[in-house]
Amino acid sequence: MLTALRRLGARVRAYFSPAVLERDLDQELESHVAMLTEENIRKGMSPAEARRGALVRMGARESMREAHREIRGLPFLDTLMQDLRYTFRTLRRDAAFAAFAILIVGLGIGASCTIFSVVNTLLLRPLPFGDPSSLVWLANQPRSVSSNDLSGQTVQVGYLLDLRASTRSFSDLGAYFAFYGIGDANLFGQGEPERFTLVPVTQNFFPVLGVQPLLGRNFTADEARDGGPNAVMISYSMWENRFASDPSIIGRAINIGGNLNTVVGVLPASFDFGGVFAPGTHVDLYSPFPLNDRTNREGNTLAIVGRLKPGVNLASAQAETTTLAGPMRQEHPERNGFTPGLTALAQHVSGRVRPALILLACAVGVVMLIVCANLSNLLLARGASRQKEIAIRSALGASKPRLVRQMLTEALVLSCAGGALGLLFAFAGTDALSHLSGVTIPLLEDVHVDAASLIFTLLAAIATGVFFGLAPALHVPGEKLHESLKDAHRGSSQGRSHTWVRNVLVVSEVALTCVLVIGAGLLIHSFLRVLDVNMGFHPERAVALRVDPARSYSTQDQRNAYFSETLHRALGIPGVEAAGLSDSLPFGHNRTWWAGATGRTYVPPELPLAFVRVVSEGYIGAMGIPLIEGRDFSESDTPTSQKVIIINQTLAKRNWPNQDPIGQQINQAGGRTVIGVVGDVRHLALEEDSGSEMYIPIRQGNDYGSVDLVVRSSLSTAELNSRLRETLRPIAPNLTMSTMRTLQSIVDKSVSPRRFVVLLLAGFAAFALILASLGIYAVISYSVSQRTQEIGIRMALGASTSGVRASILFETLRLAAMGMAIGILASWTLAGALRSLLFGVGFADPVTFVGMLVILTLVAALAGYLPARRASRIDPMVALRAQ
Amino acid sequence: MKEQRSDILQGTLDLMVLKTLDAMGSMHGYGLAHRIEQIGGAALAVNQGTIYLCLIRLLQKKWISAVWGTSENNRKARYYSITKAGRKQLIAETENWERVAGVIGKVLQLEPRR
Repeated sequence: MLTALRRLGARVRAYFSPAVLERDLDQELESHVAMLTEENIRKGMSPAEARRGALVRMGARESMREAHREIRGLPFLDTLMQDLRYTFRTLRRDAAFAAFAILIVGLGIGASCTIFSVVNTLLLRPLPFGDPSSLVWLANQPRSVSSNDLSGQTVQVGYLLDLRASTRSFSDLGAYFAFYGIGDANLFGQGEPERFTLVPVTQNFFPVLGVQPLLGRNFTADEARDGGPNAVMISYSMWENRFASDPSIIGRAINIGGNLNTVVGVLPASFDFGGVFAPGTHVDLYSPFPLNDRTNREGNTLAIVGRLKPGVNLASAQAETTTLAGPMRQEHPERNGFTPGLTALAQHVSGRVRPALILLACAVGVVMLIVCANLSNLLLARGASRQKEIAIRSALGASKPRLVRQMLTEALVLSCAGGALGLLFAFAGTDALSHLSGVTIPLLEDVHVDAASLIFTLLAAIATGVFFGLAPALHVPGEKLHESLKDAHRGSSQGRSHTWVRNVLVVSEVALTCVLVIGAGLLIHSFLRVLDVNMGFHPERAVALRVDPARSYSTQDQRNAYFSETLHRALGIPGVEAAGLSDSLPFGHNRTWWAGATGRTYVPPELPLAFVRVVSEGYIGAMGIPLIEGRDFSESDTPTSQKVIIINQTLAKRNWPNQDPIGQQINQAGGRTVIGVVGDVRHLALEEDSGSEMYIPIRQGNDYGSVDLVVRSSLSTAELNSRLRETLRPIAPNLTMSTMRTLQSIVDKSVSPRRFVVLLLAGFAAFALILASLGIYAVISYSVSQRTQEIGIRMALGASTSGVRASILFETLRLAAMGMAIGILASWTLAGALRSLLFGVGFADPVTFVGMLVILTLVAALAGYLPARRASRIDPMVALRAQ
Repeated sequence: MKEQRSDILQGTLDLMVLKTLDAMGSMHGYGLAHRIEQIGGAALAVNQGTIYLCLIRLLQKKWISAVWGTSENNRKARYYSITKAGRKQLIAETENWERVAGVIGKVLQLEPRR
């Protein structure tokens, strides 16, 4: 072992100082020959004879030297360097080809590496928590009305306490308060207050997740009870940006919404609450959430995360919690229902985007295959035109393996250069992705090129090189040296098998492209259908502005007066058509309340629930929600007047089929009279039905977390923004820092994951289409140039220009048609896997299939038309003389 | 097959060179070749240049060392001598060789059963 190492060391040294060693050897050999000569002379030979004899005894000098070099240096490296030098020389001579090859490999690898980084972050890499595999998401009624219904999904405090006391599957259970408001926490300091998002969490939330504070400590039990000391923990980014990474922040009191809170801990940079639990948002502050009777009475509020004990699996934990939940429900009939459903936390976080990501990963794989096929084809074409050069080299003694190695080296140099370029693209791509704002995909901000991506890129580059270099390398002519050298006429040096390989490559390229294009087509079609959905409201020309009543308005009367004043002032702005208040905008939080018809009894599983919106008069008009029947709320619907409610058509139909709902009672807050019926609003997601909805007048209910003012006007957003702020400043001084959103931007955000996938996939498909057309073009134009004479002869014999053109176009379309036939079959079988991503479009949607095939055919025809036109312009005389 | 045979040859030549240097002290390439030929080294029958391939290999393994010097008739020549590691290797190789030779010898002495 030691000896082998020593020898390797000597060889490496020898590799870098060949001149000295060569000189030494020459001198030594020269002395040896001289001594042998002297010996021969002593034996009585003539000097000339003696030297000749000496040289014979020594053996062939050159091969000796060669052997010496091989023993002493690193012959493998020598050959490699030789091949590399040669490769660079030939590629420089053909710079356009090299640049093109590097560019397409770069684009392919850049896309692959970017997607890999996303997949790695979302699906492969464990969540940024301690031992994430034993973390479990505990949802209430996992198969409730809608996964977007927070009330249905969250759990009441009492159940969490009971579960903690009795469970044997979990080592601990923590939770966060799911109805926190985005941007609800006003941080007062010097100057304007800033808005941050604060999430109340149970005292043990971070320990359950296995997250250690970077600085300071977790909450204490004392801090997590009503009336305990006010404490907050802050995120790393807040610590860095707002407090300049000041370590003395621990123990300092900061003013949040008028209350002083002591900062007790700073969380590590790796902890991103928003990225994991609320994609597309930032959470910077955490406060302790007390678990007691008071919070229990708030109803379903908690999103629970549990840590399984070692050795307990998800199924047995599910079985245990289900068994425990039954008696708990019976013991506490006053509580809301509890039907626990467990999922692995990782599954909960990335589950929704998983199919889309797998799709993108497959798509990028297909793109890489097309890139390989394309380059293989180009190299084959080059190989054909280099046949003479290769023949000469093998005549000079290059063995076939050596030539194959040379060809592979060329392919690898191209692919590695492409890989380096791809890495640049990937850096840019991941950077762009992680800075996408308003895309609700979990963990997207964590996406970056890491060690795993680098290794992936390297492997991808090498695999690509070998893959596309193999076919041309194996086509190095071994035996028919003689024929190649004879410079027989051009067409004949190309064997049948050669054309065959190239045609197969093109056909598979077209087939793969066909699959991608149809897949992208189906998703684009779905996307258009989603955008086309009747949302039930009209987002255009409407904006929303947070106008929460200040803390100084402490009574309901004061707040109601503030609401009236706000609406009057907003409506007073010239150009404003309608204005209204609401506690929940579409695609935001959703909660459900009891909404049964008064007097009727409901037997489980029938649950007369409905989504609740607490709104003011004018909201329905400002949103553009159609009022089907009855009236809107008015200013005179006050706490002392009749309790009223507006319901949507679905709820009306559910509670009073075939009856007039107006005037009926809903068993809510002691009975509310239905005064109006409005159209359904897709509040959960564009792709999801509305379900039952009810609107409660804001002046009659105190249960709202936040208040948004929705204004519809003919003014521009910027103008409306400044006008509104100006008008409202006297009554709402904190308004300056809240941001105005257009309703359109809210809609856009809700379709952002779908748009994200569609854009990427369409990009891949377009790239594939370009590559396939280039592939077709290359093959057809090559075959035309090889057949120049044949075409010339045909034309001389009377073939018409259009006939020649048609025959070449026909050849193109024949290849394309074969590819498309295979592609359609493959798409047909694979499209079923897309089903979960489609909306309003069947996976065998004929419109998409036909449309995409037309596009492919047109592209193929265009790619074939150019060489066909060239062929038809061949001058028979010139072509024949070219011989 | 070809590979294996040359390996055996290589090994025997290495052993002969080490033994010669051990017995005779410092020597140059010509002297070594001459000496081994005299003893009847069939390995060198083809050509004497082969000795240098063997010498470079042994040098790289640090079993021998080389210094430039002047020969008896005033020629520049490289003098090779065995190193400590080389001696150790020689002892090991010798034992090995004798063991193998013994076994082969016994095998070859077996009387054919008629």
